[in-house]
Amino acid sequence: MGRKLLLDKAHIEGIRYYDVYRKNGGYAAAEKALKSMSPDLVTEEVKKSGLRGRGGAGFPTGLKWSFLAKPEGVPRYLVCNADESEPGTFKDRYLMEFLPHLLIEGLLISSFALGANRTYIYIRGEYAWIPDILEEAIREAHKNGWLGKNIQGTGFDLEIYVQRGAGAYICGEETALIESLEGKRGNPRIKPPFPAVKGLWQCPTVVNNVETLAAVVPIINIGGDEYVKIGIGKSTGTKLISACGNINKPGVYEIDMTISVEEFIYSDEYCGGIPNGKRLKACIPGGSSVPILPANLLLKTAKGEPRMMTYESLNDGGFATGSMMGSGGFIVFDEDQCVVRHTLSLARFYHHESCGQCSPCREGTGWMERVLKNIENGKGKMSDIDLLWDIQRKIEGNTICPLGDAAAWPVAAAIRHFRDEFEWHVRNPEEALKRNFGLAHYADPLPVVAAAAV
Amino acid sequence: MAVQFSEEKLNKVKEIIARYPEGKQKSALIPVLHLAQESFGGWLSAETMDYVASLLQLTSIEVYEVATFYSMYNLKPVGKYLFEVCQTGPCMLRGSDDIIAYIREKLNIGVGETTTDGLFTLKTVECLGACGYAPMMQLGKHFREHLTKAKVDEIIAECRREANN
Amino acid sequence: MAEEKKLFKVKIDNITVEVEPGTTILNAARKIGGEVVPPAMCYYSKLQGSGGKCRTCLVKVTKGSEADPRPMPKLVASCRTTVMDGMEVANITSPEVQDARKGIVEFLLLNHPLDCPVCDQAGECDLQDLSYEHGVSATRYEFKRRTFDKIDIGDHIKLHMTRCILCYRCVFTADQLTNKREHGVLNRGEASEIGTYIQQSLDNDFIGNVIDVCPVGALTDRTARFKNRVWFLKPVDAHRNCDKCCGKTVLWMRGDEVFRVTARKDKYGEVEEFICDTCRFDKKSAADWVIEGPRAISRHSVISQGHYVGVHKPHETIAKVMDGRSPKLLMDIHSISEVNQPAVDLSKIDGPAHSNDFPKNNSVQ
Ligand SMILES: Cc1cc2nc3c(=O)[nH]c(=O)nc-3n(C[C@H](O)[C@H](O)[C@H](O)COP(=O)(O)O)c2cc1C
Ligand code: SF4
Ligand code: SF4
Ligand code: FES
Ligand code: FES
Repeated sequence: MGRKLLLDKAHIEGIRYYDVYRKNGGYAAAEKALKSMSPDLVTEEVKKSGLRGRGGAGFPTGLKWSFLAKPEGVPRYLVCNADESEPGTFKDRYLMEFLPHLLIEGLLISSFALGANRTYIYIRGEYAWIPDILEEAIREAHKNGWLGKNIQGTGFDLEIYVQRGAGAYICGEETALIESLEGKRGNPRIKPPFPAVKGLWQCPTVVNNVETLAAVVPIINIGGDEYVKIGIGKSTGTKLISACGNINKPGVYEIDMTISVEEFIYSDEYCGGIPNGKRLKACIPGGSSVPILPANLLLKTAKGEPRMMTYESLNDGGFATGSMMGSGGFIVFDEDQCVVRHTLSLARFYHHESCGQCSPCREGTGWMERVLKNIENGKGKMSDIDLLWDIQRKIEGNTICPLGDAAAWPVAAAIRHFRDEFEWHVRNPEEALKRNFGLAHYADPLPVVAAAAV
Repeated sequence: MAVQFSEEKLNKVKEIIARYPEGKQKSALIPVLHLAQESFGGWLSAETMDYVASLLQLTSIEVYEVATFYSMYNLKPVGKYLFEVCQTGPCMLRGSDDIIAYIREKLNIGVGETTTDGLFTLKTVECLGACGYAPMMQLGKHFREHLTKAKVDEIIAECRREANN
Repeated sequence: MAEEKKLFKVKIDNITVEVEPGTTILNAARKIGGEVVPPAMCYYSKLQGSGGKCRTCLVKVTKGSEADPRPMPKLVASCRTTVMDGMEVANITSPEVQDARKGIVEFLLLNHPLDCPVCDQAGECDLQDLSYEHGVSATRYEFKRRTFDKIDIGDHIKLHMTRCILCYRCVFTADQLTNKREHGVLNRGEASEIGTYIQQSLDNDFIGNVIDVCPVGALTDRTARFKNRVWFLKPVDAHRNCDKCCGKTVLWMRGDEVFRVTARKDKYGEVEEFICDTCRFDKKSAADWVIEGPRAISRHSVISQGHYVGVHKPHETIAKVMDGRSPKLLMDIHSISEVNQPAVDLSKIDGPAHSNDFPKNNSVQ
């Protein structure tokens, strides 16, 4: 069993409530931080832990905190990103539903470190019942002196508020989130200035993911030095993975980043293998925006080494033969799944979610969806495949925010690895309407690997 | 129905505005629009939006801009029960297409349509963050997960029962 | 002793220029002028917060600065990126930039109706200019274009949303020049549109400026007395004593008649000074104005190219996207335009001219 730091107490009856949480060691980290550490020391500890943002980009959290501008007399804000809208990702929801006090405690410690006295949790609007859970926990924390004025006699003040979004994936992007929190359309801002200098209401702001902020609690509890020992290389600590698709046990798992992808999919501790004796065809290991990998490249890197569930190993091979950890949304495809159809579904998603502010994403996402729809519906041409490639290439890197890239990558990776499936669709339009391309050679051992390994 | 919040809801609006620093009441717009949609028939009419604008001292266009951006605001009337079925990749892998087809057949409506009795509206939506519990849909405040045809039948019956009471 | 202000040295397409810190790459390039200036469809120097959206002005930063010479990983929007000392930028010398720009132009034209032959803006349209310079040879978009109905927003302004490229300039204009913005961007993504939700008139002393800032023909002047190709009208500088604005305008005239009034634009298509609605909409008689003399048109646009006959080789794009109809705009306008036939005396028509005021020329269409 891997080490658990976040979900270790999730199974305890009533852990959602303050009394049980406190009895089981809750708010000990907050006590330690507020009473025996300075804000800088907390930041230092987080830096030492090597914690990387769990929202998708994987940026070192301690470093991000140290960038926060601290002009005299200007309030600073911490915003917790609970927008969680990346297809395949549902881990933050789990934390908030089952361990709301863990998040509140993490927010308290982080706000203390950053000198923020007003902190917002921006939660996606569709999680309509979760604000009630969080607000209940906030009330309890207030009652027990962990929020409000002069917390535990330390002189530190903090209020936490929950803000619901209203249905927009783009509001997970931190500057769009800030705009939305200001009561506007979720149009990402043009950077610079960065939120660390001018964020919420033009004040210095840090935006962090739910899981990132929750992870601050065990870091303070066990110390950064201890945290950094878990995992491999720069992938320190534990990571929540939300696993879905064609697996026996979909759900949220906490892994310490030392296991292999193969173990994660097939062991009973995690996904429990693929149902109905089907074989693995492909996987999107880090949420819909990251490249899809065929089974052979998923389990082993192009060098023939086992692929591990770490930031580095998942990225091994770059975009040519690798993928990314992303948000930890792990989507598994069995042999009956059609990559073209799935790519179409993701293209539709990004088309639907584009904010429409910049021309490549506004115009390009819809175009890709329409071309894919033609291919899927037996009306495609061979040249459409190259056209798709060209459209995604012209979106990527040319947009205001990374949603453009996120829309381009799934299409690029699908064509890169599954081009023969696209071609089959074009060549056999009628058959493609009736059956799927199947597994083909995607699960076969990699032939080029041995040669490339030299 | 006249567009006017009850005393209780007006207090809620005040409470929401108090979450933000002085003069930043525009931040209350999204939560207050949710409240308005719940209170005034499940959708936002131009009249409702103008009312919200006046409450928060915003211009009407500021409210329209926001209301039309976010997918959870209904700008047209919807049925009493809104089935929002997720159709994104991970749900598709677990058979959401069949569920959507089944609901269409069962209620005899297309996507985006409302049954003639005004009870049900079917809408397809993009990933709701329940991919591990797919297929799924949102019904009111809550999610209905691990959908099967039998479960859909149950949900429809449940709604009909509730509506008749 | 006053210290001399330190200037930043920037190299754009191998041409060095010195600018003040805080200058954007685009404005540094404008200081050099000529070909190295990236096209800008959404940036407007007089509108705060504008820029960054259309992406036509993308350039490559090959050297970040003297202190940190690393190149920037992605192309950047030159209108929103400030220069650093020692920065090196490639615009026309970068094939990558040219390629990306071509892509952007294609995106911008994807849903554009290309109805230049009947568009009031033809001849002074930034998109038209841009597509000539950077357009691709043929459209690859095989789907139905997005269309919207034309709407009148008030007595003075017509919105033809189908042509809009969502540059947001008109929104910034209303925010910054008037005391109450009544139009904005509705919906999201590809469905975004400029609108007022319930049809409302834009009514304000300065709202007419949205017409001048619009880079395409999406916002047009309903009071322009007749539809007429700009290149048949003679632009003259004029002024009047106005208590609301500078009163300095351009009158677009034919003979003694004032067809429309606009602000004076510089070579980047930006107004020199905004003008008020009274000057723009209500002063349509030459007697209202002191005429200074013909306006020197410095833009590289078709206006300065006389009658636009045989100036450019028609692009295949146009033929393709017009469903095989011939590219009328670029041909001899007299023989094919529905609206610009010398046979019709425009000044005889009461009110705005419509296409059915003109005899159909059956040889075309
Ligand atoms: C289109 C888009 C959607 C995003 N959605 C989310 C999200 O739902 N949740 C999240 O935590 N971060 C999301 N991010 C990443 C955030 O912009 C930001 O990097 C993150 O909240 C930083 O927190 P972290 O450093 O703790 O990961 C998204 C980014 C983009 C570009
Ligand atoms: S890339 Fe897409 S989502 Fe991001 S700003 Fe541009 S249009 Fe909006
Ligand atoms: S109407 Fe004109 S000015 Fe306004 S956004 Fe569209 S193109 Fe820009
Ligand atoms: S894909 Fe349906 S909930 Fe995520
Ligand atoms: S002019 Fe720079 S992005 Fe539009």
